[in-house]
Amino acid sequence: MRSEEVVRGPAGRLHTPRRLATPASARMRALLARSQLYRIFFGVREPETGTIFLSQRRVYILPTRHGVVFGLALVLMLIGSINYQLSLGYVLTFLLAGMGLVSMLHTYRNLAHLYVSAARAEPVFAGDLARFQLYLENPNRFDRTALWLHAGDGAGSTDVAGRSGATVQLPVPATRRGYLQLPRVTIETRYPLALFRAWSYVHPDARALVYPRPADAPLPPARSIPDTGAAVSAGIGADDFAGLRPYQPTDSPRHIAWKSVAHGNDMLTKVFAGRGAEELWLDLAMLPAALDLEQKLSCLAGWVLHAEREGYAYGLRLPGTARAPGHGPAHRDECLKALALHERAP
Amino acid sequence: MNPAPTLANLLVLGVGILLAAAPHVARLPWWVSALALGALGWRAWAAWRNERMPRRWLLYALVVFGIGAVFLSYRTLFGRDAGITMLVLFLALKLLETRTQRDVIIVTFLCYFLSLTNFFYSQTIPTGILMAATVLVLTAALVGFSGPTRPVARNFRTAGMLLAQGIPVMLILFLFFPRVPGPLWGMPSDAYSGMTGLSESMSPGDISALSQSDAIAFRVKFDGAPPPKKALYWRGPVFWEFDGRSWRPGSVPNPGDPQFDPLSPPVTYSVTVEPHNRPWLFALDLPGRVPPGAQLTADFQLHARRPVRTRLRYDMSSFLEYRTAGGSAEALAAARALPSGFNPKALALAGQWARGAGSDEEIVLRAVDFFRRAGFGYTLSPPPLGHDSVDDFIFGTKRGFCEHFSSAFAYLMRAAGIPARVVTGYQGGEINPVDGYITVRQADAHAWVEVWLAGRGWTRVDPTAAAVPLRIESGLAAAVPRGEPLPFLTRPELTWLRTLRFNWEALANYWNQWVLGYNPERQRGLFNRLGMPDTTWQTMAQMLFWAVGAVTVAFALWLLRKARPRDAAHAIWLTFCAKLARRGTARGAAEGPRNFADRAALAHPRAAARIRAIASLYIDLRYGPERDHGGVARLRALVRGFRA
Repeated sequence: MRSEEVVRGPAGRLHTPRRLATPASARMRALLARSQLYRIFFGVREPETGTIFLSQRRVYILPTRHGVVFGLALVLMLIGSINYQLSLGYVLTFLLAGMGLVSMLHTYRNLAHLYVSAARAEPVFAGDLARFQLYLENPNRFDRTALWLHAGDGAGSTDVAGRSGATVQLPVPATRRGYLQLPRVTIETRYPLALFRAWSYVHPDARALVYPRPADAPLPPARSIPDTGAAVSAGIGADDFAGLRPYQPTDSPRHIAWKSVAHGNDMLTKVFAGRGAEELWLDLAMLPAALDLEQKLSCLAGWVLHAEREGYAYGLRLPGTARAPGHGPAHRDECLKALALHERAP
Repeated sequence: MNPAPTLANLLVLGVGILLAAAPHVARLPWWVSALALGALGWRAWAAWRNERMPRRWLLYALVVFGIGAVFLSYRTLFGRDAGITMLVLFLALKLLETRTQRDVIIVTFLCYFLSLTNFFYSQTIPTGILMAATVLVLTAALVGFSGPTRPVARNFRTAGMLLAQGIPVMLILFLFFPRVPGPLWGMPSDAYSGMTGLSESMSPGDISALSQSDAIAFRVKFDGAPPPKKALYWRGPVFWEFDGRSWRPGSVPNPGDPQFDPLSPPVTYSVTVEPHNRPWLFALDLPGRVPPGAQLTADFQLHARRPVRTRLRYDMSSFLEYRTAGGSAEALAAARALPSGFNPKALALAGQWARGAGSDEEIVLRAVDFFRRAGFGYTLSPPPLGHDSVDDFIFGTKRGFCEHFSSAFAYLMRAAGIPARVVTGYQGGEINPVDGYITVRQADAHAWVEVWLAGRGWTRVDPTAAAVPLRIESGLAAAVPRGEPLPFLTRPELTWLRTLRFNWEALANYWNQWVLGYNPERQRGLFNRLGMPDTTWQTMAQMLFWAVGAVTVAFALWLLRKARPRDAAHAIWLTFCAKLARRGTARGAAEGPRNFADRAALAHPRAAARIRAIASLYIDLRYGPERDHGGVARLRALVRGFRA
């Protein structure tokens, strides 16, 4: 899979000069790397940061199959005009030829001088589609019509009105946990006559965080916290009222300080602490050794979601790292991120 | 990325197909039109209701049925008419097979081709306008198929823009593409049917049938003032052989050379002859020059090497007064030959003249006098003649058309022993006051007689002029009795219509001369005028390449010009930044104006105040609540005067 390659590391390394290369050949290579031929044959491999400008150097154009058929039709029409001495036949044939030629420029213009940038993609679970957002900005006054973007199996199309921008969503399958680098994106257009296809490759540095696919497994038993030590103070229990904190959407309605709300204050949530507080440690080591690492991580991800839903305070322990018990979407995302990046390059 | 075409775009394509096929409908078998219309309706319905298209086996069955039916209708699958019928048929059936936008694009190309085939039949200005409309609609459909989200009206605008921008290349190609004369290969036999003109023989009724036609035979432009109308005898085919009913060219033994002594200065003019699918070229009696690619026969006919199948233009000069050289004895004998067993009364009349006359001239004068006094009438619908056609005409019906007069006169001359032959062609013509061209129509077709007189050679005698002088002096409309059907536009009461027609025909003539008549000769003329005589086609191809290339590059530079910054203040700011960059202080990509100004002020302490002033004015203009144009002007002045 393309996405796997990308996750493993920037594929551009394949083309960095070898250490033993002489300086002259290295310079040659550098020169080559900037040339258009190189781009055509190898594409632009290094992800580019920031806004990418589709300069004329990186927009390519060739006739489509329809363009070739159109050309053949024109040749036939020309032969007919010569053979039958049709002056208006010449006029029609040459008018269509001129129009085809001009349409080539329009197709090229439809793509060239466009600004492309990638917005952050939302994290997804492995097996889902990562939705990369690409923002296209049209600096020119004319509209750009029917731009088609595709990367791997994901594709999207859009129009960009003059002097404005448009966002395209590219769904890319997220197969493995970790960071999913947006693969090289092809932007192409055949507008206005579909006789030519102009295209360009962009490789914006955009990545989406892919959490392990959550497995549906029963939660491990929660453990009551002994009534000693400072660890309790931050814990969330159910027995003793410990204070108020700002409301979070996931808080149970039973814990909302309704009296305070009735006085016209902001929503507050009652926090309880005490003996009865249960905390849940989700530990990789708790899982049976028969499972491989990915299965274990899937299991943990399922637990995290489950625990969050049930309102537990839960902590996560992975070899070499641990997250203190907590609760809430931010904590959940932290834990999932830790699972996603476990033994993966950040 | 290959969705089904939208209904709106399909409808546009449907209109395009109708426009491209409409001129053919009159020529197509009715069942083809019905089938095509049915296919169009089916496709539109399928798109509207999102119904499924016909199954493949049904389409194949229709194709087989169509080919069979075309073969039965035309007895061939090739040739012009059968080919076009097949094209319409396939186009309609292909439409029923299109599921995606990309499929439909091919149909659009077929329609372009179909609109070209219409030029086989007509290349007039209205046809050109129809073609332009068709191409606009088809192109709008094409734009719609590659940009399906756009409203249809904007597709039309884009299509018009594309076509307009295609015109420069079209003009270059039209003028400089090396023109090849003549067909590249043999034409289908039906390629030139339906052209009107004089025929290879003359029977009673032939020319009167022609005279109902308003079609233009040729146009003439004289270099000086045109000669009087009654001197305008445009010479066409000459007939020697008479079989009792029809006149034919016959074979003339030992015809000699076309030699004559001019007795008047030449008149020069150019002729643009419409295609008539015969080899004759027309010139005033007698032609003094032979156009390239033509030859002059012994009886002064101009013959092109090939039948005239495209509009042809040539320069001519003629001598209106002349004396021809003496013919050979064999040729003169052929010009006295008569079929036996016909027209006893005419023979008797001619014998009576011959016996009473001292010279051939006297016989001719008596005959002309006879035609003047015998009370002949001129009519476009002559009564039918029997076995003895000359007798019936002279002594019976006495009403006829020029072929009756000339046939009878030549017969009488031969019967009297004088060599005579019938010449057909055109007489007169109408001067168009708009452009000064003389238009000769099929209705001006005429036939007259040449007799051979010792000392004068072949001498023209026009018996029609003797019998009905108005025909020659004032034209057909004056000669025909009231109440007889006339070609519509020659009627005298329609003056305003004729004025309109003069203007229209002048326009059509320009069109013919400069658009349709642009042939290898004209192209050579153009290159001569450009100072490049004897241009080879290689040179032309090179010129073509460079000219098209230059136009394309010019368009590319114009279309791909960089977007101008959104507002004037920003543009001036960029100029300012560029000035500072030249002094070694380049603005970083993410550096805001205030930070940059601070840094630049440090780098150029002497200009610090001015740099800050420019930056703060720019910030005010760009990001401040008010934007006044005075501020932009001030900024421009500051930046212009800025030296770091």
